[in-house]
Amino acid sequence: MAQKQQTANSEPEPVIKITHLSKSFGNIEALLNVSLEIYAGEILAIVGDNGAGKSTLSKLLSGALTPDNGQIMVGDKSYSSMTPGKAISLGISTVYQDLALVDCRDVVSNIFLGREPVYAGFLVDKRRMQKEAAQVLQDLQINIPSLHTPVGLLSGGQRQGVAVARAVFQGGKVIIFDEPTAAMGLQESAKVIKLLLKLREGGLAVVVISHNLHQVFKISDRICVMRHGQVAAICETKYSSPKEIVGLIMGAAAGV
Amino acid sequence: MKPNIAQLLLGLVLCITVLLLSIASPFFMTWDNWRNILDQSALLVIIAIGMTFVIVTGAIDLSVGSVAALSGVCMAVAMHAGMAVATAILLGLAAGALVGTSNGLLISRLNLNPFIVTLGTMAVARGVALIITKGIPIYGFPAAFIWWGSGHIGALNPPILLAILITLLGALVLNQTKLGYYALALGGNEEALRRTGVAHQTYKLIIYVICGITAAIGGLVVTARLNTAEPLAGSMFELDAIAAVVLGGTDMKGGRGSIIGTVMACLLLGILRNGLTILSIPSYYQQLTIGIIILVAIIVSELRLKNAWEND
Ligand SMILES: Nc1ncnc2c1ncn2[C@@H]1O[C@H](COP(=O)(O)OP(=O)(O)OP(=O)(O)O)[C@@H](O)[C@H]1O
Ligand SMILES: [Mg+2]
Repeated sequence: MAQKQQTANSEPEPVIKITHLSKSFGNIEALLNVSLEIYAGEILAIVGDNGAGKSTLSKLLSGALTPDNGQIMVGDKSYSSMTPGKAISLGISTVYQDLALVDCRDVVSNIFLGREPVYAGFLVDKRRMQKEAAQVLQDLQINIPSLHTPVGLLSGGQRQGVAVARAVFQGGKVIIFDEPTAAMGLQESAKVIKLLLKLREGGLAVVVISHNLHQVFKISDRICVMRHGQVAAICETKYSSPKEIVGLIMGAAAGV
Repeated sequence: MKPNIAQLLLGLVLCITVLLLSIASPFFMTWDNWRNILDQSALLVIIAIGMTFVIVTGAIDLSVGSVAALSGVCMAVAMHAGMAVATAILLGLAAGALVGTSNGLLISRLNLNPFIVTLGTMAVARGVALIITKGIPIYGFPAAFIWWGSGHIGALNPPILLAILITLLGALVLNQTKLGYYALALGGNEEALRRTGVAHQTYKLIIYVICGITAAIGGLVVTARLNTAEPLAGSMFELDAIAAVVLGGTDMKGGRGSIIGTVMACLLLGILRNGLTILSIPSYYQQLTIGIIILVAIIVSELRLKNAWEND
């Protein structure tokens, strides 16, 4: 699908272009000189072993962390660091691996966290929030018993569902999913997969971090393999194989 | 806003206490006595509501008692320097807001521990109050000032009306505004709030300013009521306020809280003190009784929370 758009557009511009991004925690180099381009209308999968730096990369894009070095270019503007507010206003939404939910608050408050609609200038519009939250969850076919349950009491998969709903509801040009289905059952994962495909169809850039290669091969257009904080390879999914990717994850020679 | 178990329990305890006391003493149920209870509880309500906002964020403000004293002293000095009553009151409230701002800036910008910061500002505010007065209470104020402590508005008085007003405002802000939502989110998961791009540090700052201002309003009430600005006034206020907030079902860990619960707890404490006095029980037993009630309340609320999480 990404291919089609490229031919139509002759020179496709990436929505996000990362150059030489680095981040260390103390003497752990979590991310080292990473460059990557993300295009509209594609699903880019990021794979790699535990601790490879996938979540760190996603947090640098979403502004949750600030890079030590490097540039993030969104559209035609270049940034040497992001803040969460800036990333969101640039149209980058994120489902964090830790979900970033407020456990003691209910589903509605979590879906609207930070973007509560108000009426009369300062009163939170609870009725509207309730209605829209119910609508989003229904559209995404995410089953939550009650919108007024504190999310801390939901199951792992339901919590992921709330986090996904929040990011999708927030919308934007780029949505990053950090292991969005890790705690989900088969049915729920299938729904999220369908959602990712739908988002791509809508022309969004979708980044999905996953350990599930079967899933990755089923839905992605490109696969970025990370290893020890670096990009080991970027492969076109249709010209690659799970075997090759596994080899790259484990540290075989890059095959690009 | 649905009442939780803590508030239902608290309501039950309130009813039982009232029932027992009205059986024990015919004087208890008179309007004069109730006005007295409301009058005595008003001060605690005012301060405890500011404290509720801080505790809901998962923090604590130990400086409220000192702030009450400092703001009272500021008002007194201003009036004795010939300033108008209204100006003097505003100056005193500004002093409270200033301490709140210092607390808020130190805690939100420098990421310091609220307990330690407010322990420090508690001593600083008290020290400044003592320095300004040289340790000697200032007394004798214009009638327009004394009115704030013991004037009459219908059957009620300004402190009670202030307490009611602050309760309504507090409940509105906590349950219906972004500030309230973010106060709860700060206590529940500050990092999650930060990642939404909300100016979480600013909201945190505002909450300490609110707590400073309510403490200063408490200072106005105490000073006006006694017609004296006492630099040592308000010691232990912080403990009473914290006790009332926790007794009211607000979680010390933050993220959950109730203004109505806080007010009910303030009333319970007020009724108990009043009842024990009517029954001529010596004040050291009062201290003991109230201490035990607070411990029981905390144990009950901890068990309740644990159950709520485990029952799922
Ligand atoms: N806040 C932090 N402080 C210190 N070290 C960190 C921090 N966050 C990540 N790291 C380290 O950075 C490295 C990369 O972590 P990251 O979370 O990006 O890995 P990941 O690829 O997402 O792994 P996983 O598949 O387990 O989610 C790891 O060694 C991790 O321990
Ligand atoms: Mg990760």
